[in-house]
Amino acid sequence: MSSFLQHTFDGLVSGAFLALLALGLAVIFGMLRVVNFAHGAFYMLGAVGTYLLLTEFGVPFWWALLIVPVALGVLGMGVERAFVHRLARLDPLYNFLLTFGLTLVLQDLVKLRYGTQSSPYATPSALAGTVDFGLFDFPAYRVFVLAFAVVACVAVWWLLGHTRVGMVVRAATERPELSRALGIDVGRWVMPVFGFGIALAGVAGVLAAPMRAVNPLMGADLVIVVFAVVVIGGLGSIFGSVAAGFGIGLVQAWGESYLDQWPIVAQTSVFVIMAAVLLWRPAGLFGREEAPA
Amino acid sequence: MLRVEGLRAWYGEATVLRDVALTVAPGEVVTLVGRNGAGKSTLLRCLMGLHAGQRGTVTLDGRDLGSLPAHRRARLGLGWVPDDRGAYASLTVTENLTLPPAVGPNPWPLARVYESFPVLHERRDSAATQLSGGEQQMLALARVLRMGARLLLCDEPTEGLAPLLVARVGDIIRQVRDQGTAVLLVEQNLRFATGVADRHHLLAEGRVVETLRNEEVRERESELLTYLGI
Repeated sequence: MSSFLQHTFDGLVSGAFLALLALGLAVIFGMLRVVNFAHGAFYMLGAVGTYLLLTEFGVPFWWALLIVPVALGVLGMGVERAFVHRLARLDPLYNFLLTFGLTLVLQDLVKLRYGTQSSPYATPSALAGTVDFGLFDFPAYRVFVLAFAVVACVAVWWLLGHTRVGMVVRAATERPELSRALGIDVGRWVMPVFGFGIALAGVAGVLAAPMRAVNPLMGADLVIVVFAVVVIGGLGSIFGSVAAGFGIGLVQAWGESYLDQWPIVAQTSVFVIMAAVLLWRPAGLFGREEAPA
Repeated sequence: MLRVEGLRAWYGEATVLRDVALTVAPGEVVTLVGRNGAGKSTLLRCLMGLHAGQRGTVTLDGRDLGSLPAHRRARLGLGWVPDDRGAYASLTVTENLTLPPAVGPNPWPLARVYESFPVLHERRDSAATQLSGGEQQMLALARVLRMGARLLLCDEPTEGLAPLLVARVGDIIRQVRDQGTAVLLVEQNLRFATGVADRHHLLAEGRVVETLRNEEVRERESELLTYLGI
């Protein structure tokens, strides 16, 4: 029993990363109709940035948790204006290719400067110990990651559901053309929303630094799983992305623990689920069929 | 208030509108009639700035709309009621109503909207796409009234509605006309059209081939119905 709870907890923690990344991807896709392949690279930059802030400038984790997402959000807005925006009128495939290229550039730039070796990052001292939940102990840092991600997801959900900005983003996401015809300057929201999605990837990156190997390729595999998560949850569906993120985290953790004699099954389960969901509900579990323009 | 001259519109190689000219005066209700595929909806989309392939002159109160984007046109007082009714599934009824900014001299306060459309008040917290077709039509009209739009561009607002609701839409259109709002109405229902409008533009072969008054439409009803294929 206690090992089951242990695996479940681990699944929720890795689900927290998937949820944060999928959320950013969903927000960006909804507003721009761009599948941002570079999302994993920005997550990597978040972790590498956290590491560099500490080693080069002595900036501790807590400051990094504030500085890195803001900096990446600004960088994301710059990328949107400089590149993504220019391809907005073309087939979305062009932007997918662009962000794929951007991923390779970002990965190689980091590789060039710091190599491919993983760098250790110490857990912040305030969260060094474990938390006693009676039956078992959990590392305090992981408890913090899970709580932080849940709060962040709820905050984004609230922002989208209960503010004027959120309403405009929902409207522009669902029916961009109609929204323009109703006097909403949809274009004005594209850059901030892209930056916001990238900032969320940055948050995930900062949180990853103390518990995952920090290296230039850390986002490359993860982003594939995140794509599967977004497809399962429903492209553009905020709730679906978060729910699928945690769900897939659990499936992976359980699979790795209970199917450890068949690692192939555990590793491919995400994609099998994705294929099944696509056959059953092409728009994803929580997605809507595209409305006509 | 609205003046259209030499409007040409196309999709790729196919020209839909060749040379459209028409006017709408303040407080006037004007219809566009024509066969399916005559380009009526395309014309409204051109006026709204949503159709990329267009040339010609469109002025609103003497101001050239030229290449103004759609949201700027809306802010000058154009209120679009799209043919699919334009309900947002991810917004509640109230949010659908309050999404557009107030643009005109007399936007309806939300309270007045709900007073005129009690059914929208009852369903105010529902997702807009859960409303019936008729209720969604009311919502689309109520939304542009709340904006305070000065010229409504209504694309077949009576299509698929029960007779009682068609009459209700007619009442609303007469009511907004009386407050000085102009309406350009795409309509296939000639009885309805003559009941609410002053003039009727017959669109064919990409042009306004005739402009008819109510009496003329009534006299030539059977000929027009045959022509329209109804």
